[in-house]
Amino acid sequence: MNLRSPIHLASATLALALATITPTVAADTPDPMAEAKAFRNYFVAKFPNVKPEDFVNGPYSMNKDMRRQWEEKEQFPPYEFSLDMGKEMFGKPFKNGKSYADCFPNQGIGIRQNYPSFDAKEGKVITLELALNRCREANGELPLSYVGDEMAALTAYMAFTSRGKPFDIKIPDDPRALEAYQNGKRYFYTRRGQLNFSCATCHVQNPGERMRAEILAPALGILNAMPIYRSEWGGMGTISRRLVTCNSQIRAVPLEPQADEYRDLEYYLSYVSNGLPISGPGSRP
Amino acid sequence: MKMTGHTVRLSILSLALALVNATSAPAASSEADFNTAYAAAEAADKEAGRLHNQWTVTAEALADAKKAADIGDFDRAVTSAKEAEALAKASILQAASEKEAWKKLEIR
Repeated sequence: MNLRSPIHLASATLALALATITPTVAADTPDPMAEAKAFRNYFVAKFPNVKPEDFVNGPYSMNKDMRRQWEEKEQFPPYEFSLDMGKEMFGKPFKNGKSYADCFPNQGIGIRQNYPSFDAKEGKVITLELALNRCREANGELPLSYVGDEMAALTAYMAFTSRGKPFDIKIPDDPRALEAYQNGKRYFYTRRGQLNFSCATCHVQNPGERMRAEILAPALGILNAMPIYRSEWGGMGTISRRLVTCNSQIRAVPLEPQADEYRDLEYYLSYVSNGLPISGPGSRP
Repeated sequence: MKMTGHTVRLSILSLALALVNATSAPAASSEADFNTAYAAAEAADKEAGRLHNQWTVTAEALADAKKAADIGDFDRAVTSAKEAEALAKASILQAASEKEAWKKLEIR
């Protein structure tokens, strides 16, 4: 029996097996930079008349009538009271004499565009809301509700000091950071709730369309305007509040605010909007 | 067609049976029926919770079942519990299918 044939056959089989395995692995490994580019291109192609930096204005970038009303409202914006409250809260020292400024780079001014960030020590995503509450707790203060007015006011002020600065979310060379990004992406595209909607159903497949009386915002730049004053809420709302409400609206039981899934979702959505300016605090119908 | 005595008797019997079927109500549900149905619904909803994929309508149906049982309306309680179980099972199915299906929506 000639031994060479079986060896050749085995080698060929191995080579074939490797060739089959390699592309599968590559397909499942996310490439955030390429994906962010594809994400942006999708919206730019879908709305060729909208300037890329205008996507951060959500429905106002999609509808001329709404835009006119919004521009008039911006002369006396409904979030102004919250902004003032946030500024006051931010500047007021804690009982121990320290303040929020002591917890953040650049005393917390003009840094909103860098959140969420990935904490290598903890191996998790840190959102601005989470960082604010950790700052409070580290200084002996009780944490604020993630869906309450005070957190909305604080983040409104911090967003205001970052207006115009482009989102600059980093994914460090750390498999856990890439995993967080991938988890966020999965959450974004996964259908849930009795209505069987994903985040993408509204904000990728149907931006610019009406959902009852609302015009759906594009996912590109959607977090740049946060927090937002919503007439529907009659007040300001944080990113946490928005995510929890989105889940309830599609009849899914919301997760706890700042659950890992929400933090990862915020990481993913912010990353794919890198380069677009912070426009928060915003206002929406 | 001429009707024979046998045919007439059969027709009367069928009519009587039809009337009995039309007027008799289904057997009333008992507390035990409710407990069985509610336990099954709760177990399914718990499984959906483990998958982080519960639906608000399941919780509403469970609450309605409990409320009906509290006032002794076990028919409604069983109906709501069964509805809750069906909803919970649908949410479990959704979680299973979305494990891979989400990838089809991704912008590439």
